[in-house]
Amino acid sequence: MSAVRVYVPGDSSAVAVGANRVAHALERLAREKKVEIEIVRNGSRGLYWLEPMVEVTTSEGRIAYGPVAPGDLAGLFEAGFLSGGQHALRLGRPEDIPFLKNQERLMFARCGITDPLSVEEYRAHGGFRGLAKALRMQPQEIVSEVTESGLRGRGGAGFPTGIKWKTVLETKAERKYIVCNADEGDSGTFADRMIMEGDPFLLIEGMTIAGIATGATKGFIYIRSEYPDAFRQMGRAIEIARNTGYLGPNVLGSGKAFDLETRLGAGAYICGEETSLLESLEGKRGVIRFKPPLPAIKGLFGQPTVINNLLSFASVPVIMDDGANFYKNYGTGRSRGTQPFQLAGNVKQGGLIEKAFGVTLKELIYDFGGGTLSGRPVRAVQVGGPLGAYLRADQLDIPMDYEAFAAVKAMLGHGGIVVFDDTVDMAQQARFAMEFCAVESCGKCTPCRIGSTRGVEVIDRIIADQDRAKNLRLLDDLCETMVDGSLCALGGLTPFPVQSAIRYFPEDFDKPSRKAAE
Amino acid sequence: MTTAGQGEAKAASHGTTSLWDAAEARQIMETYRGLDGALMPILHALQERFGYVDDAAVPDLADLLNLSRAEVHGVITFYHDFRRTPPARHALHLCRAEACQSVGARALEAHVKRKLGVDYHHQTPDGRWSLGAIYCLGNCACGPSALIDGETVGRLTPEKLDALMREAEAGRLEAAE
Repeated sequence: MSAVRVYVPGDSSAVAVGANRVAHALERLAREKKVEIEIVRNGSRGLYWLEPMVEVTTSEGRIAYGPVAPGDLAGLFEAGFLSGGQHALRLGRPEDIPFLKNQERLMFARCGITDPLSVEEYRAHGGFRGLAKALRMQPQEIVSEVTESGLRGRGGAGFPTGIKWKTVLETKAERKYIVCNADEGDSGTFADRMIMEGDPFLLIEGMTIAGIATGATKGFIYIRSEYPDAFRQMGRAIEIARNTGYLGPNVLGSGKAFDLETRLGAGAYICGEETSLLESLEGKRGVIRFKPPLPAIKGLFGQPTVINNLLSFASVPVIMDDGANFYKNYGTGRSRGTQPFQLAGNVKQGGLIEKAFGVTLKELIYDFGGGTLSGRPVRAVQVGGPLGAYLRADQLDIPMDYEAFAAVKAMLGHGGIVVFDDTVDMAQQARFAMEFCAVESCGKCTPCRIGSTRGVEVIDRIIADQDRAKNLRLLDDLCETMVDGSLCALGGLTPFPVQSAIRYFPEDFDKPSRKAAE
Repeated sequence: MTTAGQGEAKAASHGTTSLWDAAEARQIMETYRGLDGALMPILHALQERFGYVDDAAVPDLADLLNLSRAEVHGVITFYHDFRRTPPARHALHLCRAEACQSVGARALEAHVKRKLGVDYHHQTPDGRWSLGAIYCLGNCACGPSALIDGETVGRLTPEKLDALMREAEAGRLEAAE
């Protein structure tokens, strides 16, 4: 009998809740019982409340069990889990779990299914078809296809990806670069990490297509240092791609060159801002640059540079393979395609939900997420990371759409959703937004560098009920200065969480006086 | 040019540190000087080897990369990761970001500060633990999270964190490979 394939995610979030301990214990037990198993360290399916989720290959397909602790394994063996036996932790076929079944996975089609470092499996699940197609096309045709798909930058700003590529294609230069922003610093986001750990060839394919489309021969992936596993995994995948002809001086025998290098950040949130990231890649302080010139014209080392979010690159292989029309059939309004939403924080079923734009926040939090983890009512939801606005529980009918969010002074950002229950103190959340800005400001613009520190102080005075009305006006004024006087999104958007907290949760800024009145 | 060895991330260094060795440091610098934008990969490699970047490296780096000493100093001090003094024996970084706050990170923070008797950016007087703040480990659906000697750990409670810290002290923290 051949060895049974058992999947134990190597995803760092699964590991953080014990996946390595499970894998080691499983290996030990199988040896003791003289059962032949082959353990595959797959990516995560993104059903994080079920991690570590172990899957076995059976005659009825893959059967999942979770969340598995090392202590559960003896019982699982007894229950015959290697052939899909009944057990309290048995979840059935993962694709039948509603959380997964109700998604529209294009980008995450393979994540959690394949062995992340197997080129064969990547290909068997549709990988590298987009690249093969791109290699038969003219650069202008590739760029048109991406433009036509309606793909917008997934980092937060939502700028059309095809326009960026077109600018780089049309700018004449000796050298051009492709840069991937994998500095996924927003709290509540982990989609980039999941791709790098669970389906790294997808990023390699997307970036290679960008290179072929724009005439760039060199790419860099800038990965935050908080993601050491993703950094190592990408390095291994690049090495494998090089050895199998997908990267190098002659990509798949096309005569076209493209190669990649990974680079590690060093704990600076600001390096997720594209010009700051380029400075950091050049070996400098991550201080942001004035724009113009745009990076597409004068980017890395002064050369034309495509700099995109990881998820933008990861969207491209599907667009090339299935066509712009297929892709833009998903979505709503000017937000086309799918977005991996990341449901996090105080939520019962947290994880990755890839859906077409247009799904509502309520559907994500309640239908997929099952409400809060604590069982208490949802009170506040922050979408789009630390610079995103806080929304109230009665505002959750909003569709996930760039324009719908902009209309209420909020933003989708990188698609992260953080849920808070009714124990949250929104004055503290507003204070934290300013504090975070003070910690992470690059220091270039005075309103951001100094204003954030003053912001913390003013909020402290409001919380202590010192000249409350006057300080609230002062805070408003400070926020306006930061919005208007900062070059980049850090100083320019920090007021969003602050002002939304004041606007939608005014009672939290008025505690001492209310107490006195009681 | 391969991607190998460009600093295997911040906390991989814990437990493998030793005294600063200027000659070895210069060798490390030589290894990576050919990379585009070599300063960051070199700094990571130095910190990986020694646990920190000694001020003695600054003139050497400036000389090697044709930069001013001020520029090198500026880069080392800009990034939160780079240390200029030797680390404690164990490093605990608590995630302070919003997703972890929503599931009890503030209470965990109070517990740790009480337990260690130090605030962020400080070491315990016996040099056993350093306490750092980190803003998101991408473990946001399994919070609250922390980084202990380079390993991300999640779904923490004060009791679970205490147990993991004891494991780390005993040298058998098994979160990663």
